[in-house]
Amino acid sequence: MTTNVKYKSKPLDCWQWGKELRLEAYQDLISGHEQGKLLVLGCAATPYGMLAGLGDFVFLAGEPYGASIAADPPFSIPCMEAYEAKGYSRDMCGYMRNFLGSMYLDKYYFTGGSFPKFDFAWSVRHCPAGHPKWHQLVSEYQGIPMNYIDDETMLSNEGDPQHRIDYVAGQYLDTIEWMEKVTGRTYDDEKAIEAMRNYFRNEALWGEICLLNGAVPAPLDIKSLFALMPISMLRRHEKIATQFLETLRDEVKDRIANQIAAVPTERYRMNMLTPPPWSFLKIFRYLENFGVVFVGTYVYLINSGEVKFLIDEGKVIPATVPEERPGWPEMKNREDMCRTIARWRAEHPFQSHLDTRKKEYVILFRHWNGDAYLLLLNRGCVPMTTSMYDFQRDLQSHGIAVAMFEGNFADCRDIDETGVLDRLEAFLEGQGIHELKEA
Amino acid sequence: MSAIEKFEEILENRHQYAKDWKQRTGGKVTGWLCTYVPVELLYAAGMLPVRILGTHEVQDVTDRYLFPTVCPFSRDALAQGLKGRYDYLDGLTMSRTCSHVQGTFDNWRNYVPIPFSHYIWLPCHRESPRAVPCLRGELLDLKQAIEKFTGVTVSDEDLDKAIELYNTNRRLMRQVYEFRKSDDLPITGAEAMEMVVASQLMDVVEHNKLLEDLLAELPNRKLDREAGLRLMMIGSEMDDIVFVRMLEELGCTVVIDEHCTGSRYFWDDVIPEEDRLGAIARRYITRWPCPAVSSEFNDRGDRIMQHAKDWDTQGVLLYQQKFCDPHEFDIPSLAQNFKELDIPTLVLEFDVTIPFGQFRTRIEAFLEMAELEVF
Ligand code: SF4
Ligand code: SF4
Repeated sequence: MTTNVKYKSKPLDCWQWGKELRLEAYQDLISGHEQGKLLVLGCAATPYGMLAGLGDFVFLAGEPYGASIAADPPFSIPCMEAYEAKGYSRDMCGYMRNFLGSMYLDKYYFTGGSFPKFDFAWSVRHCPAGHPKWHQLVSEYQGIPMNYIDDETMLSNEGDPQHRIDYVAGQYLDTIEWMEKVTGRTYDDEKAIEAMRNYFRNEALWGEICLLNGAVPAPLDIKSLFALMPISMLRRHEKIATQFLETLRDEVKDRIANQIAAVPTERYRMNMLTPPPWSFLKIFRYLENFGVVFVGTYVYLINSGEVKFLIDEGKVIPATVPEERPGWPEMKNREDMCRTIARWRAEHPFQSHLDTRKKEYVILFRHWNGDAYLLLLNRGCVPMTTSMYDFQRDLQSHGIAVAMFEGNFADCRDIDETGVLDRLEAFLEGQGIHELKEA
Repeated sequence: MSAIEKFEEILENRHQYAKDWKQRTGGKVTGWLCTYVPVELLYAAGMLPVRILGTHEVQDVTDRYLFPTVCPFSRDALAQGLKGRYDYLDGLTMSRTCSHVQGTFDNWRNYVPIPFSHYIWLPCHRESPRAVPCLRGELLDLKQAIEKFTGVTVSDEDLDKAIELYNTNRRLMRQVYEFRKSDDLPITGAEAMEMVVASQLMDVVEHNKLLEDLLAELPNRKLDREAGLRLMMIGSEMDDIVFVRMLEELGCTVVIDEHCTGSRYFWDDVIPEEDRLGAIARRYITRWPCPAVSSEFNDRGDRIMQHAKDWDTQGVLLYQQKFCDPHEFDIPSLAQNFKELDIPTLVLEFDVTIPFGQFRTRIEAFLEMAELEVF
């Protein structure tokens, strides 16, 4: 803890390309509709590659949109107020409040023009009061059709899961017919399968890149991961994303081989479980003054990517794509594809049961060579916060240092920035980490 | 003792009732969280299904387990477990509904010793034709888990009997609710709530017997006061009978409700089918929906409006447990629906304990305003 090394550091060579791809994704959200593409609303966990069966599309995931707004308080606060003026409560999902406020104000964040009108909403119910109810409100307000897949299978680890997988696969199959009906388009199975293959491949690539951050010094920090994540989050179904992620992965490997650090003063490594408060990203920059590097957050490892946890061996390794897994059939038609998606979802760490998840947190911590976890008690998302004390207790029982703070990932009015920084400083002092005199 | 007094007594001594039941029958008692647990299946296995409820006392034992934005009901329920008040339970079951009560179940299972626990993964896409077969699979898992735990096989006859008993229970409670349509009300809202809460705590055979007694008493029963404004109560979990009494003392009577210690719990029957588990599954998928499991407002909204009309509602109390997001979603739409019918609404937010003084002022003002429109 006391040795203050200084590593080499440099920006990523592929940074500019990543920036362009990210921008293209956001611009497509604006211009896609005019180009005759379908505009579909969903959530980040929706396997939206399936939409390719309907032709070209633009997919807006509600959470990253809500997060982008949250990071910009002057835009976010009027959105929150517009939402509250409709009679809805302040304690509901923070992302949703930004999103709906932007819709009610008819202001699209990325351009300032009108809020887009979607062709339909199609989501995954992985949060009881979140996405389907959120999309219910959009669907009522815009008068658009809405459908969703209910697949929060992680909540159970009891009995035979087969009927749950059948249920999820069946919903995907039904959804295709529903989409054909509401769009008047004919579904092309082959196009959908191809896009889903890209989707799986890109998820595995993103997971692999995140795992590489176990190296010391960390080749990437959480801020670069957040900046690059939209490519895997929003463009997972595209070949171009594969090309980029492969380039990024190779560059990260090269950085590891040459000890190129994201934070040159790295001496204390922290992990998160959840997203950060988006209006308060300066927390990471501030803690760099203490030689702290944030190497990753569990939620974005498994939300935009996939990895394989070998629980009994205490290891985490890159994931393979479904069709390369022993015993998984090739996707030849829509039935195969729907069943593969359902099975893949059921076995994805995204769906890990609470008891398994606790083990994964410990494994990931060790893989990432962590020194401490930073946990956010998030007032803006009940599902991500309900078990936080349980997680804290469990991590501590494994001898892992845990710092905690309260705030809101998407409502800048709901966080005491100075108080949080004081608290973290005190935590680091307790760990023997003091501010670096000369960074 | 009248049936209503008996309900009241059981509510006050709920733990003693369950312990006595256990001793007298030798059966097992299983706690349940949320009204999507199929009580008929537990009962068919010879268990007493008991709903876990809070006590509305100030407590601090849940602070290390549940974040403050978890709803007060879920916190209060967990507090009972942590304080050992349900130490006689043999089992705990929950059906997937909302994240708040999920926290109660997970923490209870992890930190309060319990011989048996089972989670029912309720398929929440209730509009999907795939939901009933999926829930049937879950019920089969539950049945097998219970059989393993108790060593008792649940036969078709056991299921038929339990279905019949619970259907009777529902029918009898609906009959009591019919009396609440009358201008000459024989029962208050608080008393009706006591009846429903008791049904969630008692052996269904005994509750049915009390319901028959009550139905015999009601034709000759009268309120000892003016009924006042006819009120409907709509919202999230609600078992604060003291609050309802206080509310009714202010010059109104709750004539109908839509919450899970009221009509939403018991309104729909199991329609018998050859496949018993399939029939039970169908009941829980198609039943009066809670917004925690439904993403389609109209089904719930239409049913509520129909009830409001049928019971000649003159004012509506829309309430929610603090932080109860599933219900928070529906409240503005419900308020709008009532506005279109010129029925005034009051929105209240409940915590474990209630600021009676503040609420009294707001309710009195609401009643005065509503009465001006009605009388
Ligand atoms: S509350 Fe959390 S889990 Fe639910 S929709 Fe919002 S961000 Fe997602
Ligand atoms: S639905 Fe509402 S009242 Fe019921 S447990 Fe969930 S948050 Fe609490």
